[in-house]
Amino acid sequence: MSRRTRIRLALVALAVLGGLGVAAVAGLPDFGHPRGPYAAAAVEASLDDRHVTATVGGVTFDVRGIDTLGEELILFCAAIGATVLLRAQRGEGEGRDAAERADAARPRMAASLRALGANLVGPVLVLGIYVIAHGHLTPGGGFQGGVILASALLLVFAAGQMIGVRRLRPVSAVEVAEAVGAGAYALVALGGLIFAGAAMANFLPLGTTGQLLSGGTVPVLNAAVGIEVAAAITLIVSELLDQALLRESGDA
Amino acid sequence: MNALHVAALLAVAVSGTATVLVRDPVRQAVVAGFFGLALVILFMAFQAPDVALSQLVVTAVAVPIMVLLTLAKLRDDRDDE
Repeated sequence: MSRRTRIRLALVALAVLGGLGVAAVAGLPDFGHPRGPYAAAAVEASLDDRHVTATVGGVTFDVRGIDTLGEELILFCAAIGATVLLRAQRGEGEGRDAAERADAARPRMAASLRALGANLVGPVLVLGIYVIAHGHLTPGGGFQGGVILASALLLVFAAGQMIGVRRLRPVSAVEVAEAVGAGAYALVALGGLIFAGAAMANFLPLGTTGQLLSGGTVPVLNAAVGIEVAAAITLIVSELLDQALLRESGDA
Repeated sequence: MNALHVAALLAVAVSGTATVLVRDPVRQAVVAGFFGLALVILFMAFQAPDVALSQLVVTAVAVPIMVLLTLAKLRDDRDDE
């Protein structure tokens, strides 16, 4: 097929696709006026039945909590897969800790960058915990807060405090945290089966709407997901960092 | 649909196209960050703060660090050959 024919074919295909896309968007309900009863029913189910003011959190961690269990296990498996693959490439003789290898790379970080990174670690950790703890009250939750917590590790690395990273991040502790987060979610799902007769049923006291301790199992599940996500991202990133630092020390 | 919606949609279209047109992967990672930021503003404009927050942590933390570390590893692998 010549280049010209291919371009023509592509233009025809794009025109058809574009036309279908415009037709589909034109048929959408107006913004803020969804068809069907579910939007209103979800708010009612979250606010009235579960005492959860963040409807998205109420849906993901209670009404459709079983989907979130699946998603959490996907991330769990992805982190394990990445770790197994990256560690298999690392030879036994190269098994020294990344912290020692990074000493050579350390002076290359600008002092201002290191100071900025070191000063941001605390506030970022607090922000991550805040986002996880208020997952059932305001937008946010375990996933977002977990990634924010993991980014605190990256700040430690940017600060060049690799000895600090070594103390903060013994990989075995991160692995245990990941397993605990995933296991806690499954246990809460099982708890619903035991105490309320259905998996994922909200079996804890609901409390007063709007309070930090309210919503039954929703904040507990947020915390479980937060721990799991923070550990999974930390694990993947630290394995990749180990690889990068391994190369750097090889050059030196 | 107000002016903010139109501006956010246009920003997504422009930065998304720019991400595809940039060919150097390291620069692409930076441009993809702006694309992600445009998506964050779009989700906020359409009143989806939860999605905006998820997009923000993915586009600011997860994607760039993994892309850059993978590129560093690929570059070193090529140097070895």
